[in-house]
Amino acid sequence: MATIKLYAGFERFWHWSQAALIILMLITGFEIHGTYTLIGWEQAAEIHRIAAWTLIGLWAFAWFWHLTTGEWKQYIPSPMERILAMVKYYAFEIFQGKGHPFHKDRSHKHNPLQRSAYLGLHLFIGPAIWISGLLYLFYGDLGGIGLEWLPLGAIALVHTGAAFLMLTFLVAHLYLTITMSDPVGADVKAMITGYEEVDD
Amino acid sequence: MKSSQSCLNRLLCAVLVLCVSPIWAADTNSTADHSKFEQLQKEFETGPEVTKACLECHTEAAKQLHKTSHWTWAFENQLTGQTLGKKNVLNNFCVATATNWPRCTSCHIGYGWKDDSFDLSSEQNVDCLVCHDTTGTYKKFPTGAGHPNYEPKKWPPKKGKLRQPPDLQKVAQSVGKPGRSNCGACHFYGGGGDGVKHGHLDSSMHKPNRATDVHMDNEGLNFSCQTCHTTGGHEIAGSRYTPKPSDERGVVIPGQKDQNRATCESCHGSAAHGEEANPKLNSHTDKVACVTCHVPKFARGGRKTKMWWDWSTAGQKGADGKPLVKKKDGYAVYHFKKGDFTWEENVIPEYYWFDGEVRYTLFGEQIDDSGVVPINSIQGSYEDPDSRIWPFKVMRGKQPYDTKNKILGVPHLFGKDPDAFWKSFDWGRALKAGLMARGKEFSGEYGFVETEYFWPITHMVAPKENALGCADCHARNGRLVGVSGFYMPGRDRNETLDLIGWLMVLGTLGGVSVHGLGRMVSKKRRNS
Repeated sequence: MATIKLYAGFERFWHWSQAALIILMLITGFEIHGTYTLIGWEQAAEIHRIAAWTLIGLWAFAWFWHLTTGEWKQYIPSPMERILAMVKYYAFEIFQGKGHPFHKDRSHKHNPLQRSAYLGLHLFIGPAIWISGLLYLFYGDLGGIGLEWLPLGAIALVHTGAAFLMLTFLVAHLYLTITMSDPVGADVKAMITGYEEVDD
Repeated sequence: MKSSQSCLNRLLCAVLVLCVSPIWAADTNSTADHSKFEQLQKEFETGPEVTKACLECHTEAAKQLHKTSHWTWAFENQLTGQTLGKKNVLNNFCVATATNWPRCTSCHIGYGWKDDSFDLSSEQNVDCLVCHDTTGTYKKFPTGAGHPNYEPKKWPPKKGKLRQPPDLQKVAQSVGKPGRSNCGACHFYGGGGDGVKHGHLDSSMHKPNRATDVHMDNEGLNFSCQTCHTTGGHEIAGSRYTPKPSDERGVVIPGQKDQNRATCESCHGSAAHGEEANPKLNSHTDKVACVTCHVPKFARGGRKTKMWWDWSTAGQKGADGKPLVKKKDGYAVYHFKKGDFTWEENVIPEYYWFDGEVRYTLFGEQIDDSGVVPINSIQGSYEDPDSRIWPFKVMRGKQPYDTKNKILGVPHLFGKDPDAFWKSFDWGRALKAGLMARGKEFSGEYGFVETEYFWPITHMVAPKENALGCADCHARNGRLVGVSGFYMPGRDRNETLDLIGWLMVLGTLGGVSVHGLGRMVSKKRRNS
């Protein structure tokens, strides 16, 4: 066993503040959607708006960081057979007590399933949320960019749909990252300290 | 000693001035003291005599008034081409002015409109005093066709209290700019009593508090009606026949041609919410009228307004054989002359898209009696950039109509003749006389049809802390639940998406739970 540094300071800051903002936005967003009443519609909308701008700012830094450090390569999808190996592991082998088919190292800090999931998150769910969110926010001014034909119902549909995908991702992500490491919680600890013990 | 004496004198003078000044503060800017006018140094027998004296100096005043709907009770709506005005329209209160003139015209700005022969070109019959009296003692007699009583007279007749005639000389010498109570003498009592008609204009507006009307607040801004309903040459801005749901002129400043301030935007602009307010508020003004949020309820001054009037039950007698009157909380809920009423206070308005076009069901127009007949109908939609979501009082009731000719009836209610409904309580006679007076044959068959009448709400603007909040509308069953044509966050959703979304989330949650449980069970099995 060796202890290696997997997550840079910025990465950890980005991850946790993003997590907090996304959870905050899910809570306030579904109140705005009318699913429940929690803190009041106006406060929910106001917090949602402020959190949105903060998250967009954070994403801008994160994109810059990923591109300049080359860390974006961590999201290049693995070959299909390696992804399938992960699927096979989660679906069957884990119940048979077999070992994890993937071993972390500095340039492969995500397993093949994670790589694809996070790529989808960054390239699909994220942009769907912030593009539809910005259109939502500036709905009254869409005429200025020739989008006055775009109904708010359609914007809301995409925004809410993406929010459901985000919530689904969050549920799966929490389960997998908390319980799949050995021992349980090791990955979470690594995401906090930056260091993780890996097999040699 | 001498200097201290003069100091005291000055102080006393100052105190005196301070004490006295509020009394004449209302009209201190006037350059004329009417009590010094020669023309007014005499005993006046009648209102028209006073007017004659007024016109000696104010040579154009009557001519100006003759052009206004305050005088003509007629109004040409340029937008719809309809001829409106009190002389022409029907409503679902006392229905029509025709044949009921002396009663209705007690709110006419003239003297003597007691029948169709009234001379609308008479200058002397313009009533200057009803608007310009500042003593509060000049009152038109309820059945006097616009005249005050010139002899002591009881109202209501027989059992009411004695009304003394006004001192016309004193009133004439005290004229000034109209105050709220001058306008209110008619506009607060429309429909036959305090607050009956509008719901946002009633006696509480004589001296409203801040919560009732933030602009007219007696202790605060203390606006008069003309502060917004700007006047010039006796023409008064603002009309409910042609309301302006949106005003893109911006804040009206001197030098602009149009000085009409009878819209919220003419003072506040269309981005009225300041830096301290939620930035989202200003982006609502392109679709939501100011009054939608800022008049959260009407009839807020402690007076109820009439919401339902069913004429079909009029004419009943009580168990004692006497004409029946039922009261609740001081309000008549049944009156043998008028039928059943419902009164409400602090009423939540109804909301509709409104582009300012109001189309009336005119007298003689065919009605569809299979449903509710609109006395007027309003237009507007989300797509129309000039439309706004607007609050309304919707007056509903049942009123007589000719079931064969399918036209709304004109009941002859008031009068000493036996055709008058309030004499004989015979609908057949009353409708025949009323319709004939308006040049229509009565088929002889009548019934009662439900009608509705849309009244845009504009007054009783609440202080901002009492305005509506987001959640009043942005909720599944909020205030705008019935306003259609657009997607509103919090109210609307795509149910299919919600279903799929929650299935996906809960499915994932269930999936990982089963997966985790399976791992625990299999691990336990392996260990054992």
